[in-house]
Amino acid sequence: MHIPDGFIDAPTSAAAGAVAVGALAVCLRRSGEMLEDKEAPLAGLVAAFVFAVQMLNFPVAAGTSGHLLGGLLAAVLVGPYLGALCVSVVLVVQALLFADGGLSALGLNIVNMALVGAFAGYGIFLLARRVLAANPGGVVAASSVAALLSVVLASVVFTLEYAIGGTGGASLGRVAAAMIGVHVLIGIGEAVITGLTVGAVLAVRPDLVYGARGLRAASPTAPQAATVGG
Amino acid sequence: MARRRLAVFVAAGLLVALALAFFVSPEASSKPDGLNKVAIDQGFADKETAHRTADSPLAGYGVRGVGSDRLSTGLAGVIGVGATFGIAGGGFLLARRARRRTAAGGVER
Repeated sequence: MHIPDGFIDAPTSAAAGAVAVGALAVCLRRSGEMLEDKEAPLAGLVAAFVFAVQMLNFPVAAGTSGHLLGGLLAAVLVGPYLGALCVSVVLVVQALLFADGGLSALGLNIVNMALVGAFAGYGIFLLARRVLAANPGGVVAASSVAALLSVVLASVVFTLEYAIGGTGGASLGRVAAAMIGVHVLIGIGEAVITGLTVGAVLAVRPDLVYGARGLRAASPTAPQAATVGG
Repeated sequence: MARRRLAVFVAAGLLVALALAFFVSPEASSKPDGLNKVAIDQGFADKETAHRTADSPLAGYGVRGVGSDRLSTGLAGVIGVGATFGIAGGGFLLARRARRRTAAGGVER
């Protein structure tokens, strides 16, 4: 899903760059307000983990692979603001050191993989949590559903970017169908990896899962907190 | 105590990330990813231009000069894990410090 230089024209790439810079400035301010110094190593860990797992391309269909995008995973673990920053660090490092994802396309890639995953994905996660059980299993299920949909949404956003400033003159309908089709499959991988990771962290340190914060009040180890309903 | 437990968790998580990057990433599929495959099938893959950091000694997730592909990919993964951990963790701390310094003139202290 890393867009190289050349697929999207310069004005569209520059506009996405401006959106990315503005959004990340807000993220930096908000996460600075909301979090404490002790969360710094967690931010580092989330970025490092997303980087490592993004290297693990899995086969999805004949001659095609996919890998974790990680925006929703990061948001569930450390919140959408810091999560978006963590994935953006990964994308910048990949573009600068590893020549993966174009430099002029960096803004596009931050929009598609960091912002869509961390914010739209987290919104879907919150909606899913409302209809799912308020327990660790519900958080894992909501994470998986939101992970899948965030990848599909990222492929839709790419198609919009291609519609605005795409090069090569491919048919929009065919680009949309092909992008969405293959990213449903990649999204299943995203759902599995995200669910396993959130489940593993919930098992050892549930207090470190941002998206599970509401659960602690209902846990049997915290009887002083009032539980409503059953 | 809580601080120490957090350090243990972060260290364990980093070990998992390093192990995935070093041992598993050389086994990853090298087929084009979803977007690249669509670009090939729909005929805009040739619009890709040369990458501006293609001369990086780590370009394409390998360490230039390391003969074994396996080792080259694995080491590149380890370097990437270290770089992302340091930049995200260190950058976050710096942002917090800068914020505290600005706030220091106010009511905070």
